[in-house]
Amino acid sequence: MGDWRTITVPLLSSDSKTTFTYTSERKSPASMSSEVLRLSLPSSKNMHSFFSAFCTEDNIEQSISYIDRELTTLGFPSIYAESKGKELDLVSMVNRMNELLVLQHKNLRAQEEIEVQHRKLGSDMDHLQNCYSKLKEQLELSKREIVGLQERDRQLQTKNRNLHQLLKNEKDEVQKLQNVISSRATQYNHDMKRKEREYNKLKERLHQLVMNKKDKKLAMEVLNYVGRADGKRGAWRTDKTEARNEEEMYKVLLSDYEQRQKQLLLENTELKKVLQQMKKDIISLLPPQKQKPKERSEDGLVLSDQEEDIGELNKENMWELSCETVREQLTNSIRKQWRMLKNHVEKLDNQVSRGHSGALNEKDVISREDHELETGKLELEIQQCKEMIRTQQQLLQQQLTCDDDTTLLLQDCYLLEERERLQEEWRLFREQKKNFEKERKSFTEAAIRLGLERKAFEEDRGAWLKHQFLSMTADCKSENVTTPSALLKNSDTDLRLVRSASQQRRPPSALSSTLSPEPCQIPQCITQNSVASEKPAGDGMPNLWVRNDDKEETEECPKSWEDSGLGTLCRNLQMEQLP
Amino acid sequence: TAGTTTSRGSSVLCLSPVPPQASCVQHRLVVRDASSLQILQLYSCVDQIQYIEWSSDSLFILCAMYKRGIVQVWSLEQSEWHCKIDEGSAGLVASCWSPDGRHILNTTEFHLRITVWSLCTKSVSYIKYPKACQQGVAFTKDGRYMAVAERRDCKDFISIFVCRNWQLLRHFDTETQDLFGIEWAPNGCVLAAWDSCLEYKVLLYSLDGRLLSSYRAYEWPLGIKSIAWSPSSQFLAIGSFDEKVRILNHVTWKKITELEHPAVITSKNTIVYKEVEKSPTLDPERLSFPPTRALASSLFSTQSKYDICQVPVSLHYIKPVADKPNPKVGVGMLAFSADNCFLATKNDNIPNAVWIWDIRKLKLAVVLEQLYTVQGFQWDPCQPRLAVCTGSSRVYLWSPAGCVVVKVPGEGDFQIMSLSWHFSGDSMLLLSKDHFCVCYLEREEVK
Repeated sequence: MGDWRTITVPLLSSDSKTTFTYTSERKSPASMSSEVLRLSLPSSKNMHSFFSAFCTEDNIEQSISYIDRELTTLGFPSIYAESKGKELDLVSMVNRMNELLVLQHKNLRAQEEIEVQHRKLGSDMDHLQNCYSKLKEQLELSKREIVGLQERDRQLQTKNRNLHQLLKNEKDEVQKLQNVISSRATQYNHDMKRKEREYNKLKERLHQLVMNKKDKKLAMEVLNYVGRADGKRGAWRTDKTEARNEEEMYKVLLSDYEQRQKQLLLENTELKKVLQQMKKDIISLLPPQKQKPKERSEDGLVLSDQEEDIGELNKENMWELSCETVREQLTNSIRKQWRMLKNHVEKLDNQVSRGHSGALNEKDVISREDHELETGKLELEIQQCKEMIRTQQQLLQQQLTCDDDTTLLLQDCYLLEERERLQEEWRLFREQKKNFEKERKSFTEAAIRLGLERKAFEEDRGAWLKHQFLSMTADCKSENVTTPSALLKNSDTDLRLVRSASQQRRPPSALSSTLSPEPCQIPQCITQNSVASEKPAGDGMPNLWVRNDDKEETEECPKSWEDSGLGTLCRNLQMEQLP
Repeated sequence: TAGTTTSRGSSVLCLSPVPPQASCVQHRLVVRDASSLQILQLYSCVDQIQYIEWSSDSLFILCAMYKRGIVQVWSLEQSEWHCKIDEGSAGLVASCWSPDGRHILNTTEFHLRITVWSLCTKSVSYIKYPKACQQGVAFTKDGRYMAVAERRDCKDFISIFVCRNWQLLRHFDTETQDLFGIEWAPNGCVLAAWDSCLEYKVLLYSLDGRLLSSYRAYEWPLGIKSIAWSPSSQFLAIGSFDEKVRILNHVTWKKITELEHPAVITSKNTIVYKEVEKSPTLDPERLSFPPTRALASSLFSTQSKYDICQVPVSLHYIKPVADKPNPKVGVGMLAFSADNCFLATKNDNIPNAVWIWDIRKLKLAVVLEQLYTVQGFQWDPCQPRLAVCTGSSRVYLWSPAGCVVVKVPGEGDFQIMSLSWHFSGDSMLLLSKDHFCVCYLEREEVK
């Protein structure tokens, strides 16, 4: 059975397929059955027909045993219950049946798949066969074409060969003709020369004949001789005159050359002027550029120095000197400057191209001076832009004022008024602050004094109480006198309270201005104070003091801060004193 | 702006170089005042005059009668003075004055020799073996030296003589196959010698006989057809059979530029003036019977004027016949203007056109396309003004300001075959076959 599974699993390929087939089976069981009938092997069909008569009432045992045998041979366990000998095990039989059915299904499915595959393959085959035939046709065509082309090629080759032959023939012909021409030319020249010689001979002969014969005709009749155009008499031909002629000829040549040299000199000076101008222009164009190459080529520093010297020399003596060395130096320096200019122009070109391409990365490569130059330019541009903006704003404002003068004027007035008011307030506030500051100072001083006095008074009272307690016979008058003095003395214990009070006193001013940075502290201080005041609630005197202080403050604040701190202090003290 | 006067019955004409005088010849020699055309002198020669020439100082006139081999000289100041030179059996083919105006150079038949006759001393000098070529004798402009092309032993030579005493100064052979012509530069220091058209070759010699340079543009085709020095001696223009003009410079004697003469002008910088002819339109009302003579002549004469053509312009082109000698192809005429700024050329296979080149730009400036074949042109000796004749009765004038057509007044057809400027540039002699007229150019008053 295990072997069987291993065979069937690859056949079925996947469970999903089986489910699919199941569903399809369910959908059309009739077709399925018919298919089963149709697809079953011929032998099985026979078997089927045989099956109908296979089992009867009589041979049931035998058929069962036959089936069992068949099943066992197929690898199924026996349908007989082993324990009970030859008794039919129904359960296992049903199981077998089921297994068989499953197997049957599987087989059917596999068969179906195979069939589909077969059909597919068949169609593929057809397609391929079609392709094959087509290709075969193509091949045939191509072959024919190739044959045609080969034929043409052959023809062309023969033609080409013929043409080559023709060309060769023509070339030969040309060569031959050239030879003919040259031979004819030489012959012609030779003949010409011969004829010319003959002609010359003839001429000579004629000359002799004509000239030798005393030609009476050959004569000149002049009434009287005329003077020379220059008024001089004709000179005899002598060696002297010959020498003079030579001399004159050379004079003529010399004067001509001198004239030409003068012209050239003039031209040269003109050119030099132009050159100098150009040089100047180049130098003025390239001051930063000139520095750079020098720095770059440190080994060539001496050379450049030399060059500079040369330049100076040129400037001074260029017009006077035109000897070889100076010329060389001049050309060298010009060449150098020209190269620099070229480099500069190329760089500029590169920049332009780079600027066009807009590659930002390459901008890092730009040399510093270029960068600086660029930034300078940009700065200038920015400034210009700013100016532009400013003028535009001005213009805009002008336009606006033109548009609604009155409203704007009003607005301006309001603004001015408000500003003035604010400034006034601000001044007031400043003054108040100053006063307050002054008051605070005096108050703190007074508070310190008061603390000290109080301490003294406390001590005095302690001493007095003690004394009264001890003696019970005290002089009231002396006590009354000492109290104010004691009060005026400092006491350390109350210093803290005083400070807090001073802190508390500030808020009203701050609130009025809202510009002081302290208002956020006010509630804190108050709470602190309240805490501080609540804590020593049991002490009695300090508590009272604080409360009084608070009260006084709330009362005094709205009134006036201009009062001197001492007056209020005294009043406080008196008020304190009253209870 | 130009007035013309005609005179009849002239056969040979010559304008004298110094005073304003013209002489016209028939059987006799007639000397007229150039401004008034009044007859000043009358001389009769022994035979029909074939050639006349004024001496450089305008005191003498040479009349050559080649048929009889006789030269007669007349003095303008002394009408009774005369001189007769007989070359005898040697014959005469050419006669000319020496630059000093006191010697006459006669070339005998077959170029056997050149005889130099002196009017001062009656002495005779001979120059043997002169070459029979187009331009075999050349004087320098200052009249000091004379160059003569010679042929000896099938080789070309050049001899340079001092004109004062006819002494030989230099004698040297040239590297030419067949020397065709020689020409001094105006400064008198450089002599250009060129080969016959079978070979393109120009040789430049110094006055002392040194070869300065030789130039050869190409080898096999027909070569040089014409040559002209610029008045400043700065340029040498060489017109050749390949329809091009090559200009050499005077420093390196190398070619500066090549001026082509295409049949189609495409350059936008070139102005093309085309002569157009139109018959006058007459009002039928103005016609009278019998017609007046002036009207009748005007009826049969046509007017012409210049039109400016838009480029590209294709010019009338004659395909040259290859199998004939001296084919009508290539630059046959060229002349520099007096101020060196312009060069006028004529390409023989575009016979109706005159090409005017701007030498400062070395570009074609103007093309004048005429209705008929250009017979000749000459620059005004004083200003850049070109006169052109085409064998019609009109003379054409070009200057940088523009072109004008001037018709020769009078009846009949006056076919101008050649023209020559008066040295002052104020008048111009126009010649037809048997007539001459003087064209006076008034100073142009700009309106």
